Amino acid sequence: MPSDHARFTAAFDAALRGGPLPPGVTGPEAERRFAVYRNNVAVGLSAALAQRFPVIHRLVGADYFAALAASFGAIDRPRSPVMAEWGAGFAAYLAGFPPLAGWPWMADVARIEHARGVAFHAADAAPIRPERLATADPATLWLGLHPSVIVLSLHHAGVAVWAMNQPGATPGPVPAGPQIALILRDPSWSVPVTAISPADAAMIAALPNGSLTAAAQAAQAVQPDHDPQPLLLHLMRSGSLTDTETAP
Amino acid sequence: MSHLPATPGVGFKPQHFAAILQDARPVGFFEVHAENYLGAGGLPHAQLTALRADFPLSLHGVGLSIGSPHGLDRDHLTRVRALCDRYQPDSFSEHLAWSSHGAEYLNDLLPLPYTPQTLALVIDHVDQVQTALARPILLENPATYLLFQQSEIPETQFLQAIAHATGCGLLLDVNNLYVSEVNHRRDPWAWLDAFPLDLVQEIHLGGHATEDLPSGPLLIDDHGSAVADPVWALYAGAIARQGPLPTLVEWDNDLPDWPVLTAEAARADAILRHAGLAHAV
Repeated sequence: MPSDHARFTAAFDAALRGGPLPPGVTGPEAERRFAVYRNNVAVGLSAALAQRFPVIHRLVGADYFAALAASFGAIDRPRSPVMAEWGAGFAAYLAGFPPLAGWPWMADVARIEHARGVAFHAADAAPIRPERLATADPATLWLGLHPSVIVLSLHHAGVAVWAMNQPGATPGPVPAGPQIALILRDPSWSVPVTAISPADAAMIAALPNGSLTAAAQAAQAVQPDHDPQPLLLHLMRSGSLTDTETAP
Repeated sequence: MSHLPATPGVGFKPQHFAAILQDARPVGFFEVHAENYLGAGGLPHAQLTALRADFPLSLHGVGLSIGSPHGLDRDHLTRVRALCDRYQPDSFSEHLAWSSHGAEYLNDLLPLPYTPQTLALVIDHVDQVQTALARPILLENPATYLLFQQSEIPETQFLQAIAHATGCGLLLDVNNLYVSEVNHRRDPWAWLDAFPLDLVQEIHLGGHATEDLPSGPLLIDDHGSAVADPVWALYAGAIARQGPLPTLVEWDNDLPDWPVLTAEAARADAILRHAGLAHAV
C-alpha cells in the first residue's frame, strides 16, 4: 500500500505531465503557480538536450526543438540525474519521427552529437610517446586507442551536414552518403569529427587487437592500396594512440 | 573535517575558467554541482582538479532526491561518494526537495508537504546519505511556489528537526527564503526570525525573476540575474545576527562576465567584513 507521500508524488508527477493538480493544492492561482514547475521541467529538459545536440537545435530551430524535446522526453525520460548522459535514444527517436522523414541525415547528425558528448566525458589516457611510435617495430608494436575514440557507420552524409553547421562554416549541398565518422577528443579538449574511409575504419577496429602491421593489413584487405600514414598521423597528433604491452 | 571559509565564493562555470586564472584574488571558494562532474574524465575534471588545488571546494548535489518516497538511488549515491573521495570537498550540500519519480529523473527541485511522515522519511534519507558519503551534509531550504493543505509543520521547524535528528548542517538560501515567503504572502523577516541560524554553515545568494499574479508578484528562483536588494537586506540581517558565514553567489543562467560575478561577491564581502568587525569587538 503506497504511503500518503508516494500517492502525493505520483499525483504531482501526473500533473507535471498535464494531469489535474495534486491533492492539497487549491486556490484561484494554483494552476498558474503549478505551471512554474511544469515550465521548469520542460525548459530544463529542452535546455539539457539542446546543449547535447546543438546542430539539431540549429537545424530545426528553437521552437521546433523545444517541441521535439517535450515529445521525446515524454517517452524517454532521464533515468539519472546526470543530464549529460540523457539522450542516447534521441537519434533513434528522430529516425522514427515521421515529420522529419524528408531529412534522412538528421538521425546521423544526432548520432554524431551524442558520440561527441560521450567522447568529451570519456576517461583520460596518456598518449604514446612519439619517439616510441617512430622507433618501434610495427610487427611487434601493439597500440591502444584513447577511450574517447568512436567510429560511427552512418546511413547518410552526416559528417558533411554536421561540418557545414559549425560556426563559420558555409552551407552547401549535402553530398551522397553513406559516410563513416571518426570522433575523438584531442589534447586541447576539442572533439573534432572527420569522415574516414572504410579501410581507415577497418584499421582502427584492428589496432587494439594486434600489431600495427596486422592493423595495416586489415585496412589493405578492404582497400589494397591503402596508405596507413595519414590516419596514423591524425591519431597521433590527436593523442588517440596509447601504449600497450607488447603482444603476448 | 574541514570547513568552507567564511568568505564569498561563487558557483564555478567553465566559461569563466580563463578569467579566474588571470584574476589575482578571485574569490574565497568555488562550488560546483556534483552531477556535472560524474563523467569519467576530460575537461570538466581537468578544470576542477586545477581549481581544487588552489581553492576550498563545495560540492552541491541537485539529484539525490532526498524527499522522494521511493528510496535513494544507490547507484547515483555511489557515484557521488566516488566524487567526494576524489576531490575531498570542504562541504557537501543537497536540497530539501524531490526530483525523481521511480527510476525517472524530473530535472527540477520539487516541493513536499511538511508532515510527520515526510519528516521521518527525510531524516532517514539524510542519515543514509551521510552514512554513504561518510560525512555530515548541509540541507538547503527550497524556493516554493505552492503550499499544501496537508502540511502541518512550519518549514523552519521542519529543517531544524532534520538537523537535530541527523546532525546535518543547514544551508540557508536567502533568495529561496525571500522567493517562498513573498510567493506565500508572508513576511520573510518572520521566517528568518524563526530559523535556527546557529545551524547554518553556508549561505546561498542568487537572483530571481518576477511574474504577476492577481494577488501580487510570483517570484521565480531562476539564478539568472543579480541578487535583489531585499535579499541583500535579509542577508545582512542574518550575518549581523550570526556573524560571518561562507556565502555563495549563484548565477546559473544568462551568465554574466566574470567581473560582474566578482562584483556580487565583493558586495557580500563588504557585509561579511562589517559583521566580522562587529563580532570581533
